[in-house]
Amino acid sequence: MLDLFLYGVFPYVALALALVGGLWRYFRDRFSFSAFSSQLLENRSLFWGSVPWHYGIVILLVGHLIGWLIPAGVAAFNAVPLRLYILEITALGLGLLALVGIAILLYRRAVNPRVRAAGTAMDVVLVVLLLAQAALGVYTAVFVRWGSWWYISNAVPYLNSLLVLNPQIQYATSLPLLTQLHVLNAFLLVAVFPFSRLIHVFTYPITYLWRPYINVIWYRRSRN
Amino acid sequence: MDVRAQIAAVFHLDKCIGCHTCSIACKNIWTDRRGTEYMWWNNVETKPGTGYPTLWEGQNKYKGGWEVVDGKLRLRSTGKVRGLTNIFFQPYLPTIDDYYEPWTYRYQDLFDAPAGDDQPTARPISQITGQYIDIEAGPNWDDDLGGSPIYAANDPNLVGLSDEERAQLFQLQGLVFFYLPRICNHCLNPACVAACPSGALYKRAEDGIVLVNQDVCRGWRYCVSGCPYKKVYFNWSTGKSEKCIFCYPRQETGYAPACFHTCVGRIRYLGPVLYDADGITAAASVPDPELVEAQRALILDPFRPDVLEGARRNGIGDQWLAAAQAAPTYKLIKQWRLALPLHAEFRTLPMLWYVPPLLPMMGTVTEHGYRLDADELYAGLAERRVPLRFLANLLAAGNERLVTDSLAKQVAVRFYKRAQTVGDVPANKVEKLLARAGCSPEEAEQIYRLVAMPTFGERHLVPPFQRELAVADLVDPQTQRGEEGLGPRRRPHREF
Ligand code: HEM
Ligand code: SF4
Ligand code: SF4
Repeated sequence: MLDLFLYGVFPYVALALALVGGLWRYFRDRFSFSAFSSQLLENRSLFWGSVPWHYGIVILLVGHLIGWLIPAGVAAFNAVPLRLYILEITALGLGLLALVGIAILLYRRAVNPRVRAAGTAMDVVLVVLLLAQAALGVYTAVFVRWGSWWYISNAVPYLNSLLVLNPQIQYATSLPLLTQLHVLNAFLLVAVFPFSRLIHVFTYPITYLWRPYINVIWYRRSRN
Repeated sequence: MDVRAQIAAVFHLDKCIGCHTCSIACKNIWTDRRGTEYMWWNNVETKPGTGYPTLWEGQNKYKGGWEVVDGKLRLRSTGKVRGLTNIFFQPYLPTIDDYYEPWTYRYQDLFDAPAGDDQPTARPISQITGQYIDIEAGPNWDDDLGGSPIYAANDPNLVGLSDEERAQLFQLQGLVFFYLPRICNHCLNPACVAACPSGALYKRAEDGIVLVNQDVCRGWRYCVSGCPYKKVYFNWSTGKSEKCIFCYPRQETGYAPACFHTCVGRIRYLGPVLYDADGITAAASVPDPELVEAQRALILDPFRPDVLEGARRNGIGDQWLAAAQAAPTYKLIKQWRLALPLHAEFRTLPMLWYVPPLLPMMGTVTEHGYRLDADELYAGLAERRVPLRFLANLLAAGNERLVTDSLAKQVAVRFYKRAQTVGDVPANKVEKLLARAGCSPEEAEQIYRLVAMPTFGERHLVPPFQRELAVADLVDPQTQRGEEGLGPRRRPHREF
């Protein structure tokens, strides 16, 4: 019963919260959309935290996404053992990078009085959740071997079953306990995303690539 | 030719008394909120000195402004690719310690202290953390050369000065300084705008005011490092950038900006100029010594028929054109060539110009008191209290000629007027000085009038902005009026 709730219902609750909360915040409080940088207040340990954290986590997230979207391609890639080893070691390395980074970020948030003054309780909650997520991920990489392999046989069918509104929870419940926690914590993060600074992930200013450098706005007429 | 209008400004440095009234007026109106305590959109620095934030002029650290690489203009700190990859950590950002940690005092302790033998004190507390702090620096820590061995001696404009010149500058008997009031320059080629990956900063085409759209800003802070004048600030409480807004709400209702309005020394001039937007990139790309002239050339003669026609084609109304013709800024910058832009070598084409200070250059203190001698201007460098090179580094991208030209004209006007009022200057000397400065007696008279005794209206020419017309295109003006003034969505709150 609990499993059904956790793996069959909770993901939808999380997604609904993310969607409704995200849209609500976008339309009602766009002013609050930002990464709430605290670099002005402290920048030395931020460097050692933010840079490894972001490079680690962004690449890993993209990896998770690729595995989900093109499982056949990943399976083909992994067919050669050497390539599998390289992939696994790279992923572990990135996981460790992210783990160290987020640990430094949490330490900084807890200890630096200026960063504490500028932050909110949600900032701390978020960083703790992310630290747990990174730690569980690294645990999984080390002790539940060949993740890039069973991700395709377990995680992908499970995620797809969620997508077609027919949750096959046995794919998730058959995983080791701590790995299950990694999955559940991921949904928890989806749920808190619109209520925390995580929304900054969706503000990546990609349009910079094609807009002109100087931005001149005419009020009385549009100019092309 | 793409004619646009720009509210430009000129500060007359000889007249600034360093009273900081302008800074306080600005602070009381705009930056009296949590997260903005450390910001001084208007600040006044002592020169020589390191300024605020410390060493802002040294672009080796903050990488502000533009540079020319292979003949092309590019941002020093960022760019399309660098901007999108450096985004997790800003390499060239000043931190709060480069400005100063803002503080207040626990005044309540003065009232609550129990009766005792000692006077109660109000201890300083940080406006960020609320904890007690030892004040180590402030925005004007080096005011009037306080601590000059640390501050003044590190002024970036001292590059290229010989040891002798430096020694002379800091010689105790002749110790000299002047003030440099600064606001955002509302540049024609604003690096802050170009550096913002979100496109939140923009330049208003009708009046040239550079603003940050708070709803579009995502707090990436590239504008802060991008602006070579460090005139964009990051609000650590809202996570957004803020900057001088040129008091546009005041200007739109016909008032001069608060720092202009309150200026005690009456050093500030404001008024629209017309410029050619097509020439911006070319003017910002010429070699350093030519920058000021290229920038002056961008400013168009508001009496030329083709300029007026181009302006009308771009929707600039007759009242603005009349204001551009009467503006004190046009006269000081272009017609009389008295004013110079601050650090033109940053290549943002700043639209705040400065009349270089004559008195610290010229005067000498003798046994009989202060002495001002015209011949000294033309004498060797050794005679000058502030080396010419220093002013040229500050105001002319290193081009000493431009500074000399402006100073020569100021000297000519002074002696022309002195001959009239005091009568102790021989006529042929006045003639010689005027001729050398390329200044007619009529022009000298006009300069005297505008510099020595201008009225408030002559100093500040705020043309009608007519933003109500702009609003009318989008919403019903009555609706707009009814909905306005509901205040910010997040109430500013003060904890300490
Ligand atoms: C799309 C790419 C991303 C960009 C451009 C980005 C950018 C940033 C920036 C600029 C900051 C502020 C750092 C500072 O204080 O100056 C930040 C903080 C943070 N980011 Fe990201 N980020 C991205 C992706 C992510 C992802 C995927 C996560 C987590 C899943 C994440 C989690 C965080 C957290 C927790 C902080 C706060 C750190 C702290 O101050 O304690 N970011 N990010
Ligand atoms: S001085 Fe003002 S307009 Fe110019 S770059 Fe700096 S912030 Fe932008
Ligand atoms: S108010 Fe005027 S005179 Fe006083 S410091 Fe400011 S610019 Fe100088």
